[in-house]
Amino acid sequence: MSKKSVDATIPTIPLTARFQRWFGRNLIRVYMVLAFTYLFIPVAYTFAFSFNDSGKSNLIWKGFTLDNWKNPCGAPEVCTALANSIKIGLLATIFSTILGTMIAFAIGRHKFKGRSTSNLLIFLPMATPEIVLGASLLSLFLVFKINPGFWPTVIAHVMFCISFVVVTVKARIASLDPRLEQAAMDLYANEFQTFRRVTLPLVAPGIAGAALLAFSLSFDDFIITNFNSGTVTTFPKFVYTAAARGIPAQANVIGSGMFFLALAIVIAGQFVNRRKAR
Amino acid sequence: MMGKIRTPYLLLLPGFLFLFTFFILPIVNLAQTSTQTPIAGGDTGQYEQTLRFQNYIDAFIENREQFGRSFVYALIATVLALMISYPLAYAIAFKSGKYKNFLLVLVVAPFFTSFLLRTVAWKQILGEEGFVVPTLRSIGIISESTTLTSTAFAVVMGMTYNFLPFMTLPLYASIDRIDPRTLEASGDLYANAFTTFRKVTLPLSMPGVVAGTLLTFIPAAGDYVNAAILGSPNTKMIGNVIESRYFKIVDYPTAAALSFTLMAAILILVTLYIRKAGTEELV
Repeated sequence: MSKKSVDATIPTIPLTARFQRWFGRNLIRVYMVLAFTYLFIPVAYTFAFSFNDSGKSNLIWKGFTLDNWKNPCGAPEVCTALANSIKIGLLATIFSTILGTMIAFAIGRHKFKGRSTSNLLIFLPMATPEIVLGASLLSLFLVFKINPGFWPTVIAHVMFCISFVVVTVKARIASLDPRLEQAAMDLYANEFQTFRRVTLPLVAPGIAGAALLAFSLSFDDFIITNFNSGTVTTFPKFVYTAAARGIPAQANVIGSGMFFLALAIVIAGQFVNRRKAR
Repeated sequence: MMGKIRTPYLLLLPGFLFLFTFFILPIVNLAQTSTQTPIAGGDTGQYEQTLRFQNYIDAFIENREQFGRSFVYALIATVLALMISYPLAYAIAFKSGKYKNFLLVLVVAPFFTSFLLRTVAWKQILGEEGFVVPTLRSIGIISESTTLTSTAFAVVMGMTYNFLPFMTLPLYASIDRIDPRTLEASGDLYANAFTTFRKVTLPLSMPGVVAGTLLTFIPAAGDYVNAAILGSPNTKMIGNVIESRYFKIVDYPTAAALSFTLMAAILILVTLYIRKAGTEELV
């Protein structure tokens, strides 16, 4: 129906009423646009101000420049902090993924005495506020006269990442079809072969997802890190300290860079999944 | 067959040894620290082991305001996050067609810029140099002297924003699992849209609501970053107090007592809530 004929048949509908009808029909779309705008405002702001020709404090827009992107390490300490975050993140990811995956297989694949206690032990660190985890671990280190620093931070990160790895991998194990493993056994594969050739490849995407989650949790963590890192600066710690006197635009460059990198990884992952599904 | 019985325990051993040493032991140690007293005549930061439970009462009375604030702010942020997330998760699960995966990525994507950077971005957006305050002033919604940063509003808004994906994702997971035919059936039985939501959709999505509210409330109640960046001395939460007791005043017993009280309060609330909401799926 063209606009003209609408006008011709029902000429008395005023503009506001027509808007109301359109609004009612598209309410959900309007809502989604608003919600996503809200979600992306700070991201867009961070990205925009990464191009600000700001000098030291990046508070007011002073003009467009590509200098910050050409030289992301230009501000003092920002790349040291980033390197620390990456190192701590990788170490924490490796250890927590190994330990967590083993626990997930134990809980997801075996019936044993103490299974519900094990589940509780996994749940508790997730139900404990970060500040309590950070403060209690620092107290322990102080008792044993261990100075906070790089390795205490890695230990702290492994500790809070394990539970998230267990939950993610366990969910994947639970969704496996047990008949696939039975089929392998029927075809005379022994237990180890079945695990290596059937079970592990099927659980692998879950493990990869858990590792990504662990890395992003570790990379973004501030509270626990702040308690246990001593003089070692991580990227979030750098931002927190710099926030008082204005953050250099290079931090915005790194934040935006991480955003696009992670987005690319997620989209590539979905692409691979879709290919496999075909 | 002995091997088979042992397998799960062998798999658990390294991880649980780690969690025992770096999670359980620290909590036990924290409990000990919480009843210590300063050594008479010793330096600042030197304490001896006593059993002074009065520490808890002193710490609580001195900081009851910040305690109350933590729970009120966290509660408001959780409710707001639920109100924002539920329609969003519902729309992604039922109304987005082939864009479902893409929209899910969009929900998580803001997460990829650092949590601290986003919070600082809000501070600048809501600050004097941002575009929000001058706009609201020019249309007369807020007066010339009103500011948005350094207020409870900014802190709660920051918490709502920062913990939103923790709410949206579990909600989506449980709404997506609902068979759309149950909703059609409800309509066929003459239930209107509202009744269908109240009697079918909402009960079926309860596991997501419970998981989402817990995953939002727990970190929000212990948070101090939003209050530190977006707030003022009048919006200090218990996290800020614990942090400054540790680092600025080196008053470990009080910090420990406060941490323990916070943890106990959250665990009790969580247990009651899970009982009431009737899902044990989480544990």
